[in-house]
Amino acid sequence: MTAIRKVSKSPWVVHFNCNSCNGCDIEFLACLTPIYDLERFGILHVGNPKHADVLVVTGSVNHRNARVLKNVYDQIPDPKVVVALGVCASTGGVFADGYNVLGGIDKVIPVDVFVPGCAARPEAMIDGILKAAEILETKRRHPETLPAGQPVITRTPTAAAPAV
Amino acid sequence: MIPLNPAIEIALLIVLAPLIGALLAGMDRKLTARAQGRIGPPILQPFFDTVKLLRKSPIVVNRMQIMYAYLHLAFMILALVLLVRGQDSLMFLFIFAFSTLSLVLGGMCVRSPYSRIGSQREIMLMVAYEPILILLMIGLYLANGSFLLGATLATGKPLLLSLPLLFIAFLVVVAIKLQKSPFDIATSHHAHQELVKGLTIEYSGPYLAILEIAHFYETTLLFFLIMMFWVTNLWIALALACASFFLMTVVDNAFARLTSIWTFRFMWTGALLLALTNILWFYL
Ligand code: SF4
Repeated sequence: MTAIRKVSKSPWVVHFNCNSCNGCDIEFLACLTPIYDLERFGILHVGNPKHADVLVVTGSVNHRNARVLKNVYDQIPDPKVVVALGVCASTGGVFADGYNVLGGIDKVIPVDVFVPGCAARPEAMIDGILKAAEILETKRRHPETLPAGQPVITRTPTAAAPAV
Repeated sequence: MIPLNPAIEIALLIVLAPLIGALLAGMDRKLTARAQGRIGPPILQPFFDTVKLLRKSPIVVNRMQIMYAYLHLAFMILALVLLVRGQDSLMFLFIFAFSTLSLVLGGMCVRSPYSRIGSQREIMLMVAYEPILILLMIGLYLANGSFLLGATLATGKPLLLSLPLLFIAFLVVVAIKLQKSPFDIATSHHAHQELVKGLTIEYSGPYLAILEIAHFYETTLLFFLIMMFWVTNLWIALALACASFFLMTVVDNAFARLTSIWTFRFMWTGALLLALTNILWFYL
């Protein structure tokens, strides 16, 4: 790790389970255990989006939870970053072809870091969250930084479009 | 100690007290992590957290909420000043209770059910621990013949020798005020989720930072209150307070959370009995 990198010293994480198989959630909770110990980086797992800086999402987005995800995202005060954990959150993963699935969470909210893997390994998650902490610090220093890619609908859902 | 100009002393206190509180909080988090076999955050982590919160964009639910956050902080500082200047103990209790009450009102004035339940539980906690604090001040009067907090210095006898049982009961109050584990039912420290975040759920960014800073003042205040039990010798007082805070961390890690009604029962039987027995001693 280079010393010059400006990383936020206290990124607080809120974890939202969109439609995951729970594999990624279990791996994420493993990050908090003594073996991986996220707290040594000052990372805290808070249950409340209003206290959080980083939104960690597992699982794919569907018509029902798109609105909820957007709501949780909107409640986080700026500056904020989003991490998509696992292939489900990144692209829809194994659920991508489901009739109700919209795809990755970038269909609904801007995503800053994608962590691939099914399930993503805790080491990869820690790397991803630290990357997010770095982006968070950049966003704080330069509020004019462009937000991450805006949501794009690349796959036309079979049912009616969600009210986001 | 060198006698200072009261104005300078108060100014120093207001600047240094939150730093002491934050350091104590940082050490608590480090100790907790070590006890769980983790490396834990740096000791300065509470400073980083507070600075980060201060720099976040504010989200306001309603204006009253913000006013109560400031009132909570202001009364907490005032209570600390009263304590360190050795002023009237009953006045100190009133101001201290008012500070907590502001927090409760702040939690009550938003519509989040978690915040409201948290506020109700905080009231429950106040009802549970206030009698002990009042008995402590009565004990102080019986031991010193004065309600002035500074009177212990004048008599030269350590309070702990005449109020040992009250001291034990008071330590339980400290555990409640520090949101330590058997009693963290209104709101909680970060790793122990309760009611999402209870009382503080609707505060975010700089306003949450105000509550954090007020909590640092509160931590320092409790540290000084413990020191008051052996105020005649600074080193023994420091050792006593540090040992008590260490005990708080151990208790925090060793116990599961009680329900609010259990906390109430425990305080009004066990702790109250200890305190009353100590008061009765004076009349034997
Ligand atoms: S990426 Fe794999 S482990 Fe993670 S939620 Fe999707 S299916 Fe489950």
